[in-house]
Amino acid sequence: MTITTRFTGDFRAYPDAGDPGFGVYLHWPFCAAKCPYCDFNSHVRHKPVDQNRFVDAFRQEIAYTAGMTGPKTVTSIFIGGGTPSLMDPSTVGAILDTVARNWHVPDGIEITLEANPSSVEATRFRGYRDAGVNRVSMGVQALNDADLKVLGRLHDVEDALKAIRLAREIFPRLSFDLIYARPNQTVAAWEAELKQAIGYAVDHLSLYQLTIEEGTPFYALHKAGKLIVPDGDLSAELYEATQAITGEAGMPAYEVSNHARPGAESRHNLTYWRYGDYAGIGAGAHGRLTLNGTRIATATERMPERWLEMVEARGAAHVEIEELEPEEQADELLLMGLRLTEGIEVSRWQALSGRPFDSARERDLIANGFLERLGNDRIRCTPAGMLILDAVVADLAI
Amino acid sequence: MRAMTRSVNETPLSHIRNFSIVAHIDHGKSTLADRLIQMTGSLEMREMKDQILDAMDIERERGITIKANTVRLEYDAKDGEHYVLNLIDTPGHVDFAYEVSRSLSACEGSLLVVDASQGVEAQTLANVYQALDNDHEIVTVLNKIDLPAAEPERIKAQIEEVIGLDTADAVEISAKTGLGVENVLEAIVKRLPPPKGGDRNDPLKALLVDSWYDSYLGVIVLVRVLDGHLKKGQIIRMMGTDAKYTVERVGVITPKMVTVEELGPGEIGFITGSIKEVADTRVGDTITEDKRPTSTMLPGFKPAQPVVFCGLFPVDAADFEDLRAAMGKLRLNDASFSFEMESSAALGFGFRCGFLGLLHLEIVQERLEREFDLDLIATAPSVVYKLSMTDGTERELHNPADMPDVVKIREIHEPWIRATILTPDDYLGSVLKLCQDRRGIQVDLSYVGNRAMVIYDLPLNEVVFDFYDRLKSLSKGYASFDYQITEYREGNLVKMQILVNSEPVDALSMMVHRSAAERRGREMCEKLKDLIPKHMFKIPIQAAIGGSVIARETISALRKDVTAKCYGGDASRKRKLLDKQKEGKKRMRQFGKVDIPQEAFIAALKMSDQ
Repeated sequence: MTITTRFTGDFRAYPDAGDPGFGVYLHWPFCAAKCPYCDFNSHVRHKPVDQNRFVDAFRQEIAYTAGMTGPKTVTSIFIGGGTPSLMDPSTVGAILDTVARNWHVPDGIEITLEANPSSVEATRFRGYRDAGVNRVSMGVQALNDADLKVLGRLHDVEDALKAIRLAREIFPRLSFDLIYARPNQTVAAWEAELKQAIGYAVDHLSLYQLTIEEGTPFYALHKAGKLIVPDGDLSAELYEATQAITGEAGMPAYEVSNHARPGAESRHNLTYWRYGDYAGIGAGAHGRLTLNGTRIATATERMPERWLEMVEARGAAHVEIEELEPEEQADELLLMGLRLTEGIEVSRWQALSGRPFDSARERDLIANGFLERLGNDRIRCTPAGMLILDAVVADLAI
Repeated sequence: MRAMTRSVNETPLSHIRNFSIVAHIDHGKSTLADRLIQMTGSLEMREMKDQILDAMDIERERGITIKANTVRLEYDAKDGEHYVLNLIDTPGHVDFAYEVSRSLSACEGSLLVVDASQGVEAQTLANVYQALDNDHEIVTVLNKIDLPAAEPERIKAQIEEVIGLDTADAVEISAKTGLGVENVLEAIVKRLPPPKGGDRNDPLKALLVDSWYDSYLGVIVLVRVLDGHLKKGQIIRMMGTDAKYTVERVGVITPKMVTVEELGPGEIGFITGSIKEVADTRVGDTITEDKRPTSTMLPGFKPAQPVVFCGLFPVDAADFEDLRAAMGKLRLNDASFSFEMESSAALGFGFRCGFLGLLHLEIVQERLEREFDLDLIATAPSVVYKLSMTDGTERELHNPADMPDVVKIREIHEPWIRATILTPDDYLGSVLKLCQDRRGIQVDLSYVGNRAMVIYDLPLNEVVFDFYDRLKSLSKGYASFDYQITEYREGNLVKMQILVNSEPVDALSMMVHRSAAERRGREMCEKLKDLIPKHMFKIPIQAAIGGSVIARETISALRKDVTAKCYGGDASRKRKLLDKQKEGKKRMRQFGKVDIPQEAFIAALKMSDQ
């Protein structure tokens, strides 16, 4: 099947029209249980976490990072995890206050918190809103109980629907995640489920295909042949069905797996994909900062307890502060930027890499229908190109 | 070097025995040689190590002899007399058939060593016939008599039936334990004839048996004196090449190198004389004295003729100069191996190399990889074709890439072999089918006990392409095989090209018989379909003869390849993956728009895969 649907989103309507902005990412590294597909930096602790100690450490690391960047205006804040909805609302409030004391945080900027839809966590929603959170990203993952079990989730469909209803009342903006291309999933079943989900959606949906990541329980099962996931052809069909349905519903993709009503794209994630600056704070957080004209990649200690000790000892827990070479920056711009339907500015890539864009490769990719020019300085993937984006990037990056 | 206790020319001809050992791999030739050396006291126990005569690692490991070697044994026989026994250890493989024939012609007798449980193998047959052709007396030795599986009576009957040798006085031994080895020494003295002689005052006539390079002494030449004598200071002439040298050293190998005054008629020993390259010393040449030459050359001299060619390329293009240097060094010691530069779009710069046969090819490749630490890709072996052109000229074709326009070719001739295969009865059907499939023509089929002996005429071109591997695998390793090149015959041969996305891939071109082209083309296309990664577009893989496609496969376009979830934190990880991809791409070869990983060539060229 060839993709005939065009991108419907007009990228000029995206927040801040192409400006990468400056985001602050805060990582809460704990979960109630580890999902078998997840390779994120999350940890399960059987004793209650001393949240006051974490608040203090966050305060220190935020101040330390602000010392590195100097005064800046924040365009978004994102509290991710792990499961940030395991945090007390007071913890969230204290951390957000600290951000506002260290950088300029204008009123009304996007402040997102990732939440799980279990009933216990939903009770804290009002507290998060009071602390300043104005957008929730909820890990619904599936709208059928059997698949939620396979995915190792602690909630059921009823919990999810309740939590969505509650979040819609409390927060101005709401996104939720679904995982598809699950074991044994058919195109028809996914289409029905996706249409149902769009009915519950507010302005944003993240629709991820299940990926088997090394080191996870799913990886071992998959390798042993006990977990069969859709192959290349089926997963392509699932992806194409997703594009068609969300496009018709007015929530087109603005990134490989992210869909929004025009204007409701995640400001924070746009910063990543536009290859802007973002501070990464908390255990195992990554950042990209421009310091005196030099682009820096930062990463912090992954283990929560060690992170705490390091921050308490020296104010921050960076395990990596690496200057990025021009070529590396240009590669990252391609890797991140081409995920967006708005694509990238060729002039920016040339400025980063210090060399002209390979026009022969571009011509080939355009001729094959994987890439297109928008105006004279912007390139982006076509829908067909988006489906094989990793190969397109590899082709352009050489 | 220590002085000899006894001057060589004191040994009368009647007390010299020159002999070689004929045996199949693993039947115990080297172990018996070790035992003979040990029992005659040529080396102290502490100097002994296994397989003394196989000096190269590769010889020891594979249990084969590549270079001829010699050892002089001093034996006090039961008759109270003192004898000098010269053992020439010969390469046993058909690739070195010419070298074997020269070594055998330096002796008057052979020990035929047969494993008392395994019996006669194809290789044994070929070599024993060669020994008989050289008028050798044969002493049959049954080895491994101590093993429970030994059946000496049955094997004796087999030897009588297959080879026609009288086995009434066969010597039964265990080279491993030493049991009966004394009887071998006695049989050598009593049953093998002394060298026919020659007078030490006649004009010098000596056979060049073999030569090798020593980093201290230069080229060492192994000789058998027929008439006259060799001594230090003599000016000698190689009659085949007309090159002259002054003899610097004359000696014998015990297996230590011991200098002697002179070598007289019937004797075997070595000389040196500032000879720079082994290539200057041709096996089979006649050595004479420059100022008083012999009137006749020894018969049978011929220069080494490569039979099989293939391209050898470094996996890492940066190793090209190292490869050239390594080949130069190998050639110092192996004049039968030839190489010239070649360049391939698929494999970069490398060398087109000529070999005496498939084993020779394998050995050279292995030595280059092992002794010089090089990673190599070998292209499919090709035989030497003779082309009769429409304009009446003749030319040889060593490389399918050099194939001229077919309209200019009148006929193509290919080398044929006569193959002898011995196989247990159970596998006979499969063996016959393999031979038929390879355009074989049956010459003879006979039985020896429960083993069949099949003689086939086969095109060598079908044999260089995984024939031996197939034979081994379908007979579970029990069939043995030997061959000799017989003649050139006209064949309906074509050059088959492989096209990837319509671009010909030079390294995969091959000469095939028209009748086998479809099958081979299909196999290659199927193989490549699995080896070349999917691209963003469909890739046709075709096998073609001239302009017509005879087999085709298609690699479908990449359907989906996109990371579902990629947040800020993944930028570094993704970039590192991209860096790896870039590294990988550097090792790919580009054909038009298609990147083919080098591993794909290596795997496609591996012939043994089925």
